[in-house]
Amino acid sequence: MQRALVAGTLAGVNCAAIGVYIVQRRMSFFGGALSHTVLPGMVFAFLRGIDIFWGALAAALATAFGVGWLVKRREVSEDAAIGVFLSGMFALGILMMSQVNSFRDFNALLFGSVLGVTPADLGLTAIVTLITLGTLFAYHKELELASIDPEYAQVIGARPNQLRTLLLALTALSVVTAVRVVGALMATALLITPAAAALLWARSIVGAMLIATGISVFSAVCGLIVSYHYDLSSGASIVLTATACFGLSWLLRVVLKR
Amino acid sequence: MFSDTKPWLRYHATCGGQHSIDGPAVSLENVTLGYPGNQEPILQSLNLTLGRGRCVSLVGDNGAGKSTLLKSLAGLLSKRAGEMKILGHAVGKCHHQVSYLPQHREIDWSFPINVRRFVATGAYIHLGWFRRSGKTELERAEAILDNLQLLDLGKKRLNELSGGQQQRVLLARTLLHGAELLLLDEPLNAVDAENRARLIEALHALKAEGKTMLIATHDLDFGAGFFDASYRVGEGTAKEEPA
Repeated sequence: MQRALVAGTLAGVNCAAIGVYIVQRRMSFFGGALSHTVLPGMVFAFLRGIDIFWGALAAALATAFGVGWLVKRREVSEDAAIGVFLSGMFALGILMMSQVNSFRDFNALLFGSVLGVTPADLGLTAIVTLITLGTLFAYHKELELASIDPEYAQVIGARPNQLRTLLLALTALSVVTAVRVVGALMATALLITPAAAALLWARSIVGAMLIATGISVFSAVCGLIVSYHYDLSSGASIVLTATACFGLSWLLRVVLKR
Repeated sequence: MFSDTKPWLRYHATCGGQHSIDGPAVSLENVTLGYPGNQEPILQSLNLTLGRGRCVSLVGDNGAGKSTLLKSLAGLLSKRAGEMKILGHAVGKCHHQVSYLPQHREIDWSFPINVRRFVATGAYIHLGWFRRSGKTELERAEAILDNLQLLDLGKKRLNELSGGQQQRVLLARTLLHGAELLLLDEPLNAVDAENRARLIEALHALKAEGKTMLIATHDLDFGAGFFDASYRVGEGTAKEEPA
């Protein structure tokens, strides 16, 4: 249980911090797609006896750069490219799963298995957290400017296109840590929901990250405790707690705005 | 303005202070411009020379190519043919001396940042990678906000401002950049009378300082003697209009 709490907290921190940029830059569809497109990588790794982290990471990076490449060629719009990758990769994952006798083996991939987290998983998640937070800190002012005004960022040579690629790579890493906790079907929630709730209130991007992290960590801890005591799915409990936080946050915002 | 600020690692669009003092502010020779993915050029065989310290307007219908020309000079679009120089350098080599004010719609005004910190982004080119805005940059941002009578709004979020105030905040960032050449895309678009008067006053002060300005606009009423020349952009080229 202790390992599960640490894993949930770390994944929550990663996803909340990067999710604020994803939501503010209107890339939520992309974030959502990433969590589904990791499936074939995870299934491949599972069948080959490799740590699913690496399979998921390879599939997430393939999606991030594949979509980027397709969009750069300009024949296809970004949302169409994401839609094609999302459905294609997810179908590939299902096809690979159908080659095995029992779907039950894949429950952990689809719905998360935070209680089965190993010390090695925790180590990888901690490394991803360090990389994510360190990068966001180092490139804070450039990421902020490239999000507000990408043209001015390009004029001064702050390379907004490369920063976007960096953001996609960090998103891929964060989604992979979330998949372990809440599964491929619900990882989007950790990325999007706390960030969306935080952005209703925050007056700065750092403030938004802190609020989102608070919601995310609260959801992970609260969801895990509830699932443990009432024998419920841990991933679903975490996601529903985050959704409830968003609902409350939105309601409060609407009431206070009147 | 930022001669005391040394970047740890410069952005790629700066020359590191190796300024060329010869040559006009803008020089275009037989330039062809267009957007990637679209074979048809927007402007072609374009010749234009803009001397230092001059204020020139670009006028023409929507879609004629005014913004395309400014974007190309700002290094946002590559030229297809011809020679294009800014302050004696190739485009993109000396951008701490070139500032670009984009159209209002290009900015994400909902981004959670206050006015003071947004204006301070105008100093980023002098800070380069990894260096943060310090007390000096924020104080300079405040001084400019004070000049433009925006100091009271310093702690407000961008989306709490009116369209006219947002346009003045954009100009404040352009001023903090401290460039010699200013490329302004529709600076008076959708601005109310009060904000318009303040923007025009600030632009006149820049002209008095000897700044070079190239302004795309539908509205030539910037006050007597502001523009030294006007170019009409249309039918794939730009021609100087008679005075």
